[in-house]
Amino acid sequence: MNTLHVADAPRSIDHAMPWQRVLGAYVAEARSECLRYLRAPGFMLPVMLFPTMFYLLFGIVMNHNAPGDVPRYLLASYAVFGVMSPGLFGFGVSLAAERENGLLTLKRALPMPPGAYLLGKMLMAMLAAGGVVLLLLAMATGLGHVPLSAGQGMRLLLTGMLGVLPFCALGMLVGAYVKGQGAPGVLNLIYLPMSFLSGLWIPLAMLPATLQRLAPIWPSAHLQPLALSAVGLGKDALWPHVLALAGYGLVFFMLAARRLRRVG
Amino acid sequence: MTATVAVVASLAGAIKRYDGLTAVDGLNLMLQRGELLALLGPNGAGKSTTIGLLLGLVRADAGRVELFGRDPQDIAARRRIGVMLQQAALPATLRVSELLALTMSYYPAPRTLEETVELAGIAQYLDRRYAKLSGGEQRRVQFALALCGRPELLFLDEPTVGMDIDARQRLWTSIRRLVAEGCSVVLTTHYLEEAEALAQRVVVLANGRVVSDGSVDELRSRVSLTRIRCVTDLDAEAVAAWPRVTGAEREGGSLSIRTDAAEHVLRRLLDADPQLSGLEVTRAGLAEAFTALTNELAQEREAA
Repeated sequence: MNTLHVADAPRSIDHAMPWQRVLGAYVAEARSECLRYLRAPGFMLPVMLFPTMFYLLFGIVMNHNAPGDVPRYLLASYAVFGVMSPGLFGFGVSLAAERENGLLTLKRALPMPPGAYLLGKMLMAMLAAGGVVLLLLAMATGLGHVPLSAGQGMRLLLTGMLGVLPFCALGMLVGAYVKGQGAPGVLNLIYLPMSFLSGLWIPLAMLPATLQRLAPIWPSAHLQPLALSAVGLGKDALWPHVLALAGYGLVFFMLAARRLRRVG
Repeated sequence: MTATVAVVASLAGAIKRYDGLTAVDGLNLMLQRGELLALLGPNGAGKSTTIGLLLGLVRADAGRVELFGRDPQDIAARRRIGVMLQQAALPATLRVSELLALTMSYYPAPRTLEETVELAGIAQYLDRRYAKLSGGEQRRVQFALALCGRPELLFLDEPTVGMDIDARQRLWTSIRRLVAEGCSVVLTTHYLEEAEALAQRVVVLANGRVVSDGSVDELRSRVSLTRIRCVTDLDAEAVAAWPRVTGAEREGGSLSIRTDAAEHVLRRLLDADPQLSGLEVTRAGLAEAFTALTNELAQEREAA
């Protein structure tokens, strides 16, 4: 009689990856993600230029000889409006598209190190956010003659590049629920009302009292004080806002990650 | 005698439901090292879900699914597999060489670039952007991405869709080479001649269960049909009414007869028409066997 001895495939070969190779995979993923968008400016350029145009029209042309702190206030507000865009759209729209076209499924099946895909997108969004802030700074100093020190400019750039992260998480959450073509519409429904309601276009103090009381709900209302402080305005304590942004980012990220793990 | 088999992937009593619909219904399947298994079945039979379970893309509601003795979602298990999915839009603006470099970076000991390029026959595309390639060329690049990590188990989901005959033959040759090196392959395909050309083992799924598991010959022998083809003046309807004849149709100038008793029918056929010419007798192919098997199942289901 034949007996069949069933054994697992030998594990003698070590399939652990040396950490250098794992790190290399993260770098390769991030590099590919940036490269593919740099070569397809049709996607990222509108995402970056849309808020920039807004600043040019409403921040500079319409308020050319505004008195006192107004120019710096506008710069900070539009910088917040500007960095939300690559976070929400850069992350959300591409995730929604890649969930639909099968790329995410393939990446999940491949032994890509965990999170490399999301880290790559995050890095891309941070670079795009940095690009938006630099564009705004160039317009503010070149066209708007906004009084600004180099240190303030650097701090605004840093605030923008880190401040994009909670919006990446929000974009990821939308991208995790809405597939493909539906995502840009949903994101606009969040992006534009949220910008208005958190006082990025019209200062909060000029909005109805109810809306003022509601403002702390919106993540963007917490990034604005940080941007204002970066350009030397506002005397609020900053840490509650930093905590609020970190909290929002974490909650959005956890919800999105849970959804992606379950549904893909 | 004791035979040691190395199991690379297994499903044991796996069940997966989607909104009340049972896609995989207590599936048992074991894949061994160096084995090429073709997974066949009509649409909705559970092929995609089975592959999804083995790749860790979906979780089984019940039962056990293992890849190299581990959970398929364990990255250490997935570092030993290569994947070619049916539909995956790879980043359009990246060059083929960049896509390869990225995928190779996921694996502990990938093949060299030269080896991968040679195996998949994609040397002329390396510097081209992915979007600039034709559908068949893109499939070959996806095949290269599947094998570049030196996997011990390769999942090929409809690998030759969109390929011309030449490219398909070349891909088959590469797959045979990989199997000869000890690589296991799970292949799903709609082209039965592909399964016939490659597979040592054919598993037919229907309604989320294994309904047939064996060699190509074993599956073929499940249907004892033979096809007789000849040029004759005999009336197709009259021949169809003969005993032991399952069916007879005119196809162009010739008559095609299906029977389970070829010798018997042939004798009568030659008697009936001494002028008969162009005689051809073939055993049922995998396609006929597969059709017969799935029809049988459909009838059983209707009867039940």
